[in-house]
Amino acid sequence: MSVFNEWRGQPLEEIMYHCRELVEDTTFPTIKRWREQGGKVLGHFQVYFPEELAHAAGMMPVKMCGTMLEPNNADSHFGSYLCSIIKTSLEAALAGGIELDIFVSHPICDAARNLAAIFGRNFDYPCQILYLPQNPNSSDSVNWLADEYGRMRRLIEKVVGHEVTDTAIAASIEVFNENRSLMRELYDLKRETPWLVTADEAYVLVAIAGMIPREEHNELLAAVLPMLRDRETRQEDRIRVVFEGAFCEQPPLDLIRMLGRTCYVVDDDFLIGMRYILEDVPVTSNPLLSLSESYIERSSYSPVQHDNRKPKEEMLLQRIKKSRADAAIVAAAKMCEPGLEEQVAYIYMLDEENIPYFVSEFEENMSSFDQLELQIETFLENILFA
Amino acid sequence: MTIEAATKNEIVGRGNRDGAQLFRDWFAELGQTAEKGEQSAYVFVMGSMNEILKTFDLPVVFPEINSLQTAVRRVAGDFLSEAEDYGYSPDICGYVKADVSVQLRGGEHPMGRIPKPTIAVLTNACNTYVKWAEIWERMHGCPMFTLDVPGTREAGTQTWPGDQDFENDRRYVQKQTKELIALCEQVTGKKFDIDKFREILGHANSMSVGWKRVIEANKATPAPFNALTDGTIFLGVANGFRGTKEGADYFNDLVEEMEYKAANGIGALAEEIYRLVFIGVPCYPIFRRFNELFSEWGGSFINSTYLWFASGGSNLGFEYDLDKPLESFAEGTLISVRDAMDSMFHQSQMLVDMVDDYSVDGIVYHPIKSCRTVSTGLADSRSYFASKKDIPSLFVESDMMDSREISEAQMKNRIDAFFEGLASRKQQAAIAGKED
Repeated sequence: MSVFNEWRGQPLEEIMYHCRELVEDTTFPTIKRWREQGGKVLGHFQVYFPEELAHAAGMMPVKMCGTMLEPNNADSHFGSYLCSIIKTSLEAALAGGIELDIFVSHPICDAARNLAAIFGRNFDYPCQILYLPQNPNSSDSVNWLADEYGRMRRLIEKVVGHEVTDTAIAASIEVFNENRSLMRELYDLKRETPWLVTADEAYVLVAIAGMIPREEHNELLAAVLPMLRDRETRQEDRIRVVFEGAFCEQPPLDLIRMLGRTCYVVDDDFLIGMRYILEDVPVTSNPLLSLSESYIERSSYSPVQHDNRKPKEEMLLQRIKKSRADAAIVAAAKMCEPGLEEQVAYIYMLDEENIPYFVSEFEENMSSFDQLELQIETFLENILFA
Repeated sequence: MTIEAATKNEIVGRGNRDGAQLFRDWFAELGQTAEKGEQSAYVFVMGSMNEILKTFDLPVVFPEINSLQTAVRRVAGDFLSEAEDYGYSPDICGYVKADVSVQLRGGEHPMGRIPKPTIAVLTNACNTYVKWAEIWERMHGCPMFTLDVPGTREAGTQTWPGDQDFENDRRYVQKQTKELIALCEQVTGKKFDIDKFREILGHANSMSVGWKRVIEANKATPAPFNALTDGTIFLGVANGFRGTKEGADYFNDLVEEMEYKAANGIGALAEEIYRLVFIGVPCYPIFRRFNELFSEWGGSFINSTYLWFASGGSNLGFEYDLDKPLESFAEGTLISVRDAMDSMFHQSQMLVDMVDDYSVDGIVYHPIKSCRTVSTGLADSRSYFASKKDIPSLFVESDMMDSREISEAQMKNRIDAFFEGLASRKQQAAIAGKED
């Protein structure tokens, strides 16, 4: 089933236009098209979900990561003092834009861990928590997570009405390995030649993965990456920046576009869950164990997972060094407790390392960036002319 | 004085008196630990692992309790400001910020000096626990151990011993328990003593059984204790003294007191008119006044989700099998901490199940800015509850630490309106009763 064809046969700028339009479309046309063709949908909230399990069952895994919708229906289900993403993710389901067959969330933070229960009280389809180990350093975490994935497989089987075999999951792992590899290429391009792909272009190319079948996304990236490499854009004298703080709620695309105008965003944690597994997942006869082991042993980091081997400030420092960034933008979504808490640790580390940084908060629905742009330009000029 | 009067004098109020004394003793001991520079463990109320830590003679510090004490003593503002100056946002948990200040002040606290952590032990029952312990890890270089307790995946789908999913979870928790024991051995230099552990589990059993009976005593009319005010004292002992003989004795006495009061019609309130259930975390900055806003109308808090989750699910009364201490400890931890989480995320069905038993007149939802774990789903949960039971409810937002988030006048207006509604409802019910 194909759901996104607008880009096919188009020149690069047209392709990017269609990608941006799709990412900002709050009617979720690709999900509707998938359903119209009889497809089932598993919606998963941030940060990471082993999408191979849904894919192997013939479902489309959809990344629930907020929208630009006003939460007119969802507001009454929540109290005050909460981040926007949990409200707009519910709004997307309540307002009918995203019709699901299964909803899955993870206990990533105090607010999000309530989501499965809230969805469950409002929809008839299964709304579950998938536990990802909060103690990845336990010697049993890999085996236990494989069992937890097995539990999720049983739920999916019940919904689709047929068995989801190891062979099918292994085949899905291969599709996703190709996808991971293409995304790594995209980020390599961004890191090594950031003048060839702007921050917002890279962002939409990743974000689309959460709203179309992964095979289609592979086709899209395979077509776009050579076009980006062939671009004749010249390198400019811009500050290289790492953006940190978008592991869950995403900044609005206009904010990312503004960043792309003012600096080179050479690495970031935008939609990090789509890129969480850092290497290919081994294709073995026990695919659940392979997925589990990859999550524990070969994955990225975020403020919502504690791993003794991955102190977050050390991981950010590595990200900055690896991308040869001159500075960092340390952001947090408004009311995002883990993000705001991590900011403090990041700032003290950056001070110690004498790395320039800019601290900010954002909200997915913010629409005015004039003041923020001025502040960031001033910050960057200070570095450029220091 | 008659024998009955003497008995009444001795028993009634004993839980509050003894609880306050135990609290003072506990903080005095912590002060001595700090002065001597001895070891301590930082833990949390939802899954303290006290049973293991006590086996290693580690004094336990509950930073949540330390923080709420700054609010009750009306000095939280200074502590919060200091942490905000350090860099922490006004939009994060006030407990965390008050504790950051305690750490920055070298342990200085209104109740005495708090020792530095040798080890931090936490569960995943609250995600902020993890972020909080990371702060100590950075400040003090102490190891932190997250005991990951898988909770309920979907309302009504809890699994039990014998079910494959439960056994997977139990195996994971048990493995982690053994890893925690190994870490404690490394930190303290002591060998794990299984017989001492068994003895401690026995005390914890007495306490859990007692806690369940105490809560059930409030089915009586009038309710013998106030779940919000008295209950907070009982909770302090339940947490700080879990697995100790003092704790077990205290709860044996408390059961006696509550059952005596229930049998003799002695209520927490002289004239109990409305029986209320409290959902959320108390409003500590105006702790006494908050309760008065209800008690002045004859409203008595006869139960609360706080009594459930802030005791780590001890309200279930789970008893460890002393013949299989490690296996049973893992099972009890899994079931109890899971229940603590359920009482935050899935409490609506629990409320539906209890309102008749406890003759509930109204539900008070108190979401707070500081705690998104408890507060995020309350508005939705309230709607669900309203669709299942015809019981009035009040939704009033404030905070557990930050007086900047509390408007007493506004709160009073809403509470008064709630009681006017309850009064009118009672009147109408009485009229309908007469007409029948």
